[in-house]
Amino acid sequence: MRVFRVVATAVGGTGRFLWDFLVGDTPEIFVAVCVTLAGVALISRHHHSSLGGWVLLVAAFLILSASVTKAIRTSTRK
Amino acid sequence: MLATTTAFPYALVVAVFLAALVEMVEALTIVVAVGHARSWRSALEGTGLALACLAVLVAIVGPAISHVPLTPLRVVVGAVLLVFGLQWLRKAILRASGHKALHDEDEIYRATVAELRAAGEPVGRDRLAVVTSFKGVFLEGLEVVIMVVTLGAQRHQILIATASAATATVLVAIVGAIVAKQLNNVPENFMKATVGVLLVSYGVFWSGEGVGVQWPHGDVMLLAIAVLTAAGVWVQIQVARR
Repeated sequence: MRVFRVVATAVGGTGRFLWDFLVGDTPEIFVAVCVTLAGVALISRHHHSSLGGWVLLVAAFLILSASVTKAIRTSTRK
Repeated sequence: MLATTTAFPYALVVAVFLAALVEMVEALTIVVAVGHARSWRSALEGTGLALACLAVLVAIVGPAISHVPLTPLRVVVGAVLLVFGLQWLRKAILRASGHKALHDEDEIYRATVAELRAAGEPVGRDRLAVVTSFKGVFLEGLEVVIMVVTLGAQRHQILIATASAATATVLVAIVGAIVAKQLNNVPENFMKATVGVLLVSYGVFWSGEGVGVQWPHGDVMLLAIAVLTAAGVWVQIQVARR
């Protein structure tokens, strides 16, 4: 039981660390990238395979723009 | 051609070198603060231990990642690079447009020194100094390790990526040892933006390939993506300044 608790604590700690490290204070970027890649995978499979690339590039620009705007609004409110 | 298996991967070398330079300048601030506030021996012990751990990570994860099938590897690596790159660009845009303070090494140095001095004199071995120095170098270096492993694994060029990161680390260490203070005059935000552009470009290119995109003109498209991303970042900085 004690071993289980130690392992669970270690796994939880590692998970939290990785989440903070990869996602941190910008969960919108992480979620938007995942959703965009899923969408591009669908486009590439059912439509034109190079169209998905341009969609991905434009989406990356929009994600960045939205995240920057969100940060500016938050800092202005403070 | 940029980043082909046959040509020397200039973009990879530049991305890893600049990323390591930025992160190690930040780590140097903490190491110097520990050295001045507590002891240089403990600061260097923590630094050495952290660098050894980072090297072990690259040695373990690097070869392991090259056994992962190419398509899922491209998706995961591309997504990680894209997320990292967008995070770096976000910070760089906010700093360049004045919405976030430029990274102030002096302020970080002062805060770390004050914190370490407030902890009082060590009894026996100075664990606090070793741990502070270790954490500073390890956490800053971890991001570089992820870049070395992901960028290097895609083209099986872990050694070149590692050498590039190691060169930057040694360079910062030499300059740090000569001046024995934090480095304030490094154009950190410009370097951060450059790394961000390269990470996003690689991220878009590889994750796209992973989910079935066929880029016109092959690897040359990576260069075009980098130029478009850089232009997009410039536009966003101008918009954010208004």
